[in-house]
Amino acid sequence: MSLLSLEGLTVDLPTPRGNLRAVDGVDLALAAGQTLGIVGESGCGKTMLSRAILQLLPKRARVGGRVMFEGQDISKLRPDALRRLRGPALAVVFQDPMTSLNPVLTIGTQLVETLQAHLAVDGREAVRRGVELLAAVGIPAPEQRMGQYPHQLSGGMRQRVAIAIALSCEPRLLIADEPTTALDVTVQAQILDLLARETRRRHMAMILITHDLGVVAGRTDEVAVMYAGRIVERAPTRALFHGPRMPYTEALLAAIPKLDSAPHTRLPTIEGRPPDPTRRMPGCAFAPRCRYAEGDCVVGKPGLGPVDAGHEFACWHPR
Amino acid sequence: MSAPLLEVSDLVVEYRVGGRIVHAVSGVSLGVRRGETLGLVGESGCGKSTLGRAVLQLTRSTGGEIRFDGHSLTAMRGETLRKMRQRVQLIFQDPIASLNPRRRTGDIIAEPLIVAGVRSRAERDRRVRAVMEAVGLDPDTVMNRLPSEFSGGQCQRISIARALVLEPEFIVCDEPVSALDVSIRAQILNLLEDMKNRYGLTLLFIAHDLAVVRAVSDRVAVMYLGRLCEVAPTDALFVRPAHPYSRLLLDAIPMPDPDIRPIEGVAVGEPPSPIAPPSGCRFRTRCPRADAICASEMPELRLLAPEQYVACHHPLTGS
Ligand SMILES: Nc1ncnc2c1ncn2[C@@H]1O[C@H](COP(=O)(O)OP(=O)(O)OP(=O)(O)O)[C@@H](O)[C@H]1O
Ligand SMILES: Nc1ncnc2c1ncn2[C@@H]1O[C@H](COP(=O)(O)OP(=O)(O)O)[C@@H](O)[C@H]1O
Ligand code: SF4
Ligand code: SF4
Ligand SMILES: [Mg+2]
Ligand SMILES: [Mg+2]
Repeated sequence: MSLLSLEGLTVDLPTPRGNLRAVDGVDLALAAGQTLGIVGESGCGKTMLSRAILQLLPKRARVGGRVMFEGQDISKLRPDALRRLRGPALAVVFQDPMTSLNPVLTIGTQLVETLQAHLAVDGREAVRRGVELLAAVGIPAPEQRMGQYPHQLSGGMRQRVAIAIALSCEPRLLIADEPTTALDVTVQAQILDLLARETRRRHMAMILITHDLGVVAGRTDEVAVMYAGRIVERAPTRALFHGPRMPYTEALLAAIPKLDSAPHTRLPTIEGRPPDPTRRMPGCAFAPRCRYAEGDCVVGKPGLGPVDAGHEFACWHPR
Repeated sequence: MSAPLLEVSDLVVEYRVGGRIVHAVSGVSLGVRRGETLGLVGESGCGKSTLGRAVLQLTRSTGGEIRFDGHSLTAMRGETLRKMRQRVQLIFQDPIASLNPRRRTGDIIAEPLIVAGVRSRAERDRRVRAVMEAVGLDPDTVMNRLPSEFSGGQCQRISIARALVLEPEFIVCDEPVSALDVSIRAQILNLLEDMKNRYGLTLLFIAHDLAVVRAVSDRVAVMYLGRLCEVAPTDALFVRPAHPYSRLLLDAIPMPDPDIRPIEGVAVGEPPSPIAPPSGCRFRTRCPRADAICASEMPELRLLAPEQYVACHHPLTGS
């Protein structure tokens, strides 16, 4: 059985310009201990998808489909049952660590409160575990840090603290939404190492969301590519990089500047830009930018079709 | 060899913040040759933007000299400096924030012409239309629209058009594609290359993404905490980096190749504060090769291989 499976998940948001479909029928499954990368450009629905899994959507959002976690549909859970699930079962790390940190509480208080809310430990034990967690995420002098406030730390240190809090109750699934986008490349490498090490050590599943294909290449078991609210291709990581089938994936891979190409090499581009998510289109959302598009592409939406070895893609004329 | 078009000598820029001094740029010397693109890389806060703004004297330097085409910009004031600035332009990182939201696109691009004293409306109109077409904007559809009606990529085209309209000789590009998605990034990088050839430009190209720098630069300067570590031809820097920090930056890049396993543990620590930089070599607190001399003596930039300058007591040699 999958740890997590999404079935026909949709998220609609009312906006002044009309209904905005942020997530458009996503089917996805993730097994325990696996790392899945979700890649896509700004606005394609990555954050809305992760918030839908976490049941942390804006109030006015309307959700369709099912979010099955360990066999139960968590979109049907009452708030208190959901609260019990978050932390020990499902945890999250956001791009901006301040989204999950409280600016007026010390790091120590926040760690201890989380630990005590979910685990049967006394204050002393909670402090001991808090210090241990800070050390595990690579924070120097963890005892002193327990007494500091988030603003006294650098961006990289804050993200480490947010990860420590997310890991504190030993979740079975961690959702990391662009956890390193705001960080420098050397700090990013450290945070990605940390997440990889902890997922291995804890046999924890992770959804690693990013717009950077480089981030998922070496650190995921599978990758799903998102475009205009839909998963357009999903495959084991090596298969996706070596043999993309959907033209958008192919174009995205080609557009990355390569470290081994000669200076002033012209980059392949994807002309145009993603469609307006408040306008529904009948056919493939990538059609206006796709160089392989044919007449049928604008008529019907291609579904995510299964092929061999877990590689699926949504395209009428695959590569 | 002829004198560089831009010559920065021993530049120092300090900011005063609440009685303390931020050592943003501390003794940087470099030259940019006519027609070349010099890439400038380093982590956030290392002083790249400060250096870029000091080149235009938008931020006044504390010490040192900047010469452009033989004239000392640091000695210039008022009208002479303003005239000189028409030959040197700046493109910012955040394309949307750098454009006045209340002005129409046509007026934004025409503004430098007005400042430069081009009185004839017809003449301004002609030049604005020509430059719009050059950067791939359709004059008739964009002329009267506001920046908020455009995507990030289109706003960056508008900024580029504004920087080009006076036909400058030199452009400082401060992270022009950092805020853009992969597919749009390639479009803008190609556009900058085309514009460079068409207008015979010389570029100082600031970025934190080494792959982007590699794609456009003839030579690359690596900066750390207000000082230069290494200046080298692009290929030499990527194939045989001589400074331990250049090596670290290269190793930390997430490679979009699933067959390259990320090397865990390459990066340690974070850059120290520029308010109290370390004595001697500023990289020593994170450098695996640091020893006593690194703490006591500041390494000067010296020639190591043809055209390859490095500021390190124990440079990496060979491959
Ligand atoms: N609170 C909201 N109200 C209305 N629309 C929203 C809201 N949040 C996001 N959207 C819209 O939903 C769509 C998907 O947004 P989402 O934040 O999930 O994208 P994303 O892939 O995470 O992008 P990014 O890479 O920029 O983080 C976008 O069109 C966005 O403008
Ligand atoms: N106007 C300013 N006032 C005070 N400090 C500043 C100002 N601008 C930049 N700094 C500081 O100077 C250092 C270098 O900044 P900057 O040149 O913007 O770096 P980069 O562009 O490499 O990220 C940083 O520590 C930054 O916080
Ligand atoms: S369905 Fe058609 S338009 Fe869409 S990606 Fe495939 S070929 Fe291109
Ligand atoms: S001078 Fe010393 S500390 Fe600095 S980079 Fe070289 S070896 Fe490292
Ligand atoms: Mg997001
Ligand atoms: Mg900057």
